[in-house]
Amino acid sequence: MTSPNDSRPASAGQPPAASLESVEQFLFHEARLLDTHRFEEWLALYTADATYWVPLEAHQADPFNTSSIIHDDRTLLELRVKQITHPRAHARRPLARTVHQVGNVQILSGNAEELQVASTLVLFEYRLELQRSWAALVEHRLRWVDGRLAIAAKRVNLINSEAELPGIAFLL
Amino acid sequence: MDLTWLPKPSPHVQNTEWRSFKARARRLNGFAQLTNLYIAAFPMPVPDSQDLRSLVRPDRVHHSVYSDPALFELELDRIFGRTWLLLGHASQVASPGDWFTTRMGRLPVIVSRDHSGAVRVLINRCTHRGALVCHEPSGHSRAFVCPYHGWGFELDGRLTGVPVPQGYGDQRQQVFAEMGLRAVPRVELYRGFIFASLSPTGPDLADFLGPLASSFDDLVDRAPDGEVEVAGGVFKHTYEGNWKLVLENHLDGVHPNHVHISSVHVARDAADPGQPEKYADISIRQMRQNGAPEPVWEAIGMWTSDWGHGYMGDYHSDGRLVVGLNNPVFADYRKRLEQRVGAEEAQRILGVTRWNTIVYPNVSFMSQFRQLRIVHPLAVNRTVVYTYNLRLKGAPEQMFRDTVAFSNVVNGTASWVLTDDLEVYGRVQKGLEAAQPEWVNLARGVGGDVPEGELLRGGTGTSEIFIRRQFDAWLRYMCADSSGSAA
Repeated sequence: MTSPNDSRPASAGQPPAASLESVEQFLFHEARLLDTHRFEEWLALYTADATYWVPLEAHQADPFNTSSIIHDDRTLLELRVKQITHPRAHARRPLARTVHQVGNVQILSGNAEELQVASTLVLFEYRLELQRSWAALVEHRLRWVDGRLAIAAKRVNLINSEAELPGIAFLL
Repeated sequence: MDLTWLPKPSPHVQNTEWRSFKARARRLNGFAQLTNLYIAAFPMPVPDSQDLRSLVRPDRVHHSVYSDPALFELELDRIFGRTWLLLGHASQVASPGDWFTTRMGRLPVIVSRDHSGAVRVLINRCTHRGALVCHEPSGHSRAFVCPYHGWGFELDGRLTGVPVPQGYGDQRQQVFAEMGLRAVPRVELYRGFIFASLSPTGPDLADFLGPLASSFDDLVDRAPDGEVEVAGGVFKHTYEGNWKLVLENHLDGVHPNHVHISSVHVARDAADPGQPEKYADISIRQMRQNGAPEPVWEAIGMWTSDWGHGYMGDYHSDGRLVVGLNNPVFADYRKRLEQRVGAEEAQRILGVTRWNTIVYPNVSFMSQFRQLRIVHPLAVNRTVVYTYNLRLKGAPEQMFRDTVAFSNVVNGTASWVLTDDLEVYGRVQKGLEAAQPEWVNLARGVGGDVPEGELLRGGTGTSEIFIRRQFDAWLRYMCADSSGSAA
């Protein structure tokens, strides 16, 4: 679904031959939606069968036999976005302000349907007098849907996922 | 032994007292003996029992028990430094040479399985110059070798090698005999769970657990192969609050409708879980159940025992959450359990409906979704909770996948349930650091307790009896003298 104000990159609507620049622009767009708290639009970037995964362990093989910091299917991801805006979501009132700095974007592989994309994420989180920084290696599986890129899977490998961590009440 | 170098512990120690101490100490040989004598002769000044008793009343506690750094230090000495602490599970050291590191209060420890197959708990500090011997969460080694000067220790702690041994001259034999990794004085296992105590004396583990041992039975009995194992990763959650706050929360049936109300509302609006079951369903069911109405929480039951332990009844009416009811996976599971223990015993085992159990002062666990949480105090206002999954050996694989899915939604670092708990602990701590008002109210259900054998049951499931009983234990520990017996 697209809105009149859709600000997705110009590659949208083009045949599936993604340039690095168009993929970068797509990831920057995703980051900006998160940083400007436009969560419904962010959710609309994801396919109906999308998975959103923040593993607990480095090199974690699967999300079913080992716990995850987040492992959401589309249903849980929608609920997560709803919960973010609930007036009594205590850890999210006020909601953290974030900067998602996306870099080192590389197209690892691709075919007519899907692209595998790697990037790095450096994230600053600010909430209630406290600023924290986070870093992650990120993998996106992007799919062409109606001539536009959509996220079929996102995996965020926080470098400190196995550390003693405070609660994470923002989206990565 | 020459003691001219030994400093007087404080200017307040009388010269006659100091001379008499040195006269006794000169007859010792070995620094370990000297250290023990010194510590015993000149204890640190601490609040007396009168001061401590004034902090705990039948229906309230003084806010300083959560916020005073001096009391926190005393807790580390007198509670975490003495009582039984759960360190982990035998499956984490399944084979000789396996080890993991953890904490006992202030002390870093290594839990290892030695070549004889025994579980050992050793203080993780080289007896030479003090380096941590093991610095990773877990591993497998034939022996422990200090990175600094290569002192080598057996898996049971015995010192087996030092560089330049001739440098110790006549004391060489003594160095080897005395300088093994210090063993924690008491280690006992119950149903595979490893407990240790830093005190050589005190109640044995069976007396300490008392009737609450049955919660471990409830957990382990459910395994078709008769054993559980730790598997599937460990969450390590920090919060900016006192260690007692998490133990005062896990049996609290009133907070879910307030702390977790956002996830309750969102889950209620979601599509109803159905058949075939989808991945998200277990999360939706659990979050909805947190919104159970007050009469449900009132009726679930709340039981406590000596030493601050307690457990709450299960509040789930949902057949997918209470094991043994209406799901094909459970039919398979029940069959496997019946094959081992018979139908009647399986019925009894599955008929137990406990939710969280607290074993004070460092454990919260539950059998229904096989979660184990170990509480580590870091500072008066900072705590880390390690959360483990337990696998029922011999159960269908889907049961463990349920455990993992449940852990993500309830105990995950970014869970919408857990993050709200952590947030509230932080806010409670900030409030309790304010000196006014002085008291924290724990009056709900006071006077309604009902004795049930060795247990004391709350008049209702929402009684704050479990917190009051934790403070009974707190006083009992804190007012005990240096030998550990009650003053």
